[in-house]
Amino acid sequence: MKYQTQKIALAYFVVAMALFAVQVSLGLVLGWIYVDGNFLSEILPFNIGRMLHTNSLIVWLLLGFFGAAYYLLPEESEREIYSPTLAWIQLAIFVLGTAGVVVTYFFNLFEGNFLLGKQGREFLEQPLWVKVGIVVAALIFLFNVSMTVLAGRKTAITNILLLGLWGLALLFLFAFYNPSNLALDKMYWWYVVHLWVEGTWELIMASILAFLMLKLTGVDREVVEKWLYVIVAAALFSGILGTGHHYYWIGTPGYWQWIGSIFSSLEVVPFFAMMAFAFVMVWKGRRDHPNKAALLWSLGCATLAFFGAGVWGFLHTLHGVNFYTHGTQITAAHGHLAFFGAYVSLNLAIISYAMPILKGRDPYNQVLNMASFWLMSGGMVFMTFTLTFAGTVQTHLQRVMGEAYMDVQDQLWIFFAMRFGSGVAVVLGAVLFIYAVLVPRREIIEPGPLEQDRIAHDPDHMAAE
Amino acid sequence: MDEARTPFDDLPGDLMIWVLIVSELLVFGAGLAAFLAVRLTDPAGFAAAQDHLHRAGAGFNTLVLVTSGWLAALGARAVEVGHIARARWQLAAAAALGLVFLAIKGVEYADKAAQGIGVETHPFFTFYYLITGFHAAHVAAGVLVLLLVALRGRPREVEAGAAFWHMVDLVWVLVFPVIYLLR
Repeated sequence: MKYQTQKIALAYFVVAMALFAVQVSLGLVLGWIYVDGNFLSEILPFNIGRMLHTNSLIVWLLLGFFGAAYYLLPEESEREIYSPTLAWIQLAIFVLGTAGVVVTYFFNLFEGNFLLGKQGREFLEQPLWVKVGIVVAALIFLFNVSMTVLAGRKTAITNILLLGLWGLALLFLFAFYNPSNLALDKMYWWYVVHLWVEGTWELIMASILAFLMLKLTGVDREVVEKWLYVIVAAALFSGILGTGHHYYWIGTPGYWQWIGSIFSSLEVVPFFAMMAFAFVMVWKGRRDHPNKAALLWSLGCATLAFFGAGVWGFLHTLHGVNFYTHGTQITAAHGHLAFFGAYVSLNLAIISYAMPILKGRDPYNQVLNMASFWLMSGGMVFMTFTLTFAGTVQTHLQRVMGEAYMDVQDQLWIFFAMRFGSGVAVVLGAVLFIYAVLVPRREIIEPGPLEQDRIAHDPDHMAAE
Repeated sequence: MDEARTPFDDLPGDLMIWVLIVSELLVFGAGLAAFLAVRLTDPAGFAAAQDHLHRAGAGFNTLVLVTSGWLAALGARAVEVGHIARARWQLAAAAALGLVFLAIKGVEYADKAAQGIGVETHPFFTFYYLITGFHAAHVAAGVLVLLLVALRGRPREVEAGAAFWHMVDLVWVLVFPVIYLLR
């Protein structure tokens, strides 16, 4: 660790991983409710559990991004973070706000109060005071990182990262605008939801991935930057008007069906480019970096993002297809693999890279971490398949044959049961990951004679630590 | 260590302008393909709707845009050999013809509006407005780009601006026969 203030990232990563554990545990509970519909129906109604599952995901991913920014910006801009105190205040606001949301929803406090009570807008359910807190924390963060970058070296990575973070914060302001007209409400709602995950978050993802590739493969910065610019251009070109794929059936004019279909079909391009980028960089690499776990997560991230966000997104983005699949389990399949591939894996990649350095355990063996990658990714891919099959059957029975929703849900039971099984694998993988980055202090697997011989005699070979 | 030269290094202008050009061609190509696909479902309706268009006006606009592209190419060549002043005149003339194109397009849209034809009137007009509207927006952007690169007078930038302008030109040459002429 070159800069002392990079240590801030450690706290952000730890809080993020705690919320990650909460998020996947709630996912498991929800998965069981799909199997047994009355499970916990009095204590934890499905809608509350679902809100906690999605919101804790968003918050921990954001905390991971903030942590990543605090970790990589000092190295990139060759400066200490402008104010560590502000970073701590920002984290405190986020923790307080998150606790506030959980308590308010769990006990249904302040029913109907405009400032303190629940708000029903999907994903933007935070009470108003928490939303204000998020904006204040975001402003503190932006001030802090912008001052750091402005005073230091400006690279393509810092510029794209800041562009993504500023865009993220500004677009959140649409969360405060909630017109009573339902069509307009949805229209602006997507400005936050879509333009986050298919716009600004992609910029953040691409820049963090570029940083990881730079560090892990040692390829020239110039080459990494060229890729980064092409990826970002493709993401913005397709993603902004790609918002149209949410405007098919909400009451907006019919031409959105064509704008949405055409532009969102191209959204697969930046994800393909990110996958190609990651593999080409490793191929051209000139450094055998010891942190194989971080490399595994980086490549896994680019690959699963391409399939989850790119391929599974394209699967139901054309309006002729979406007319039938809209709101079925196909959407759930896409949502799970897209978030896991693109943003969960990215955060776990930067955490895997940074944690050994932040905790002063560099080098150490990360075989448990790598095992958690296969467990989590395997579980997630299996879940995606079960939900895709469930969605296909659902689309046919419900939308083509016209059977009633609940009758169809009954017939999907076997898929939901299998999905629960894959959820168990994901939760075990998540717990293993958290254990692997926080607890072990020594190598778990000793190298055998072949590997020891290579370490001893081949000067170019780096041990997988 | 020297990276091997790639074909990308020999592109005129800048790699990023070519990323944009390829993206634009994909979008307009997909738009025209979708137009042709939907046309298959209602050939008579599409033909009847097409009769409301100004074929002569659009044909004249084709001449305007192709001439403008030729002037932009001359400008790019002039700035390369250091004739900045001449290049500026040629690029400004190219931009002016872009404005002529937009004026004629404006008359066309006004006439449609006067006939009560809107974007939802018929699927033909949905595509007509989407595709020619997107194209016109690119003409307007291209005019600004041409003026900007003319003002700065740097060969690499003029090349990039001219390449963008040729893309706008090319798209129109594809849009014109498919939407206005094809029976």
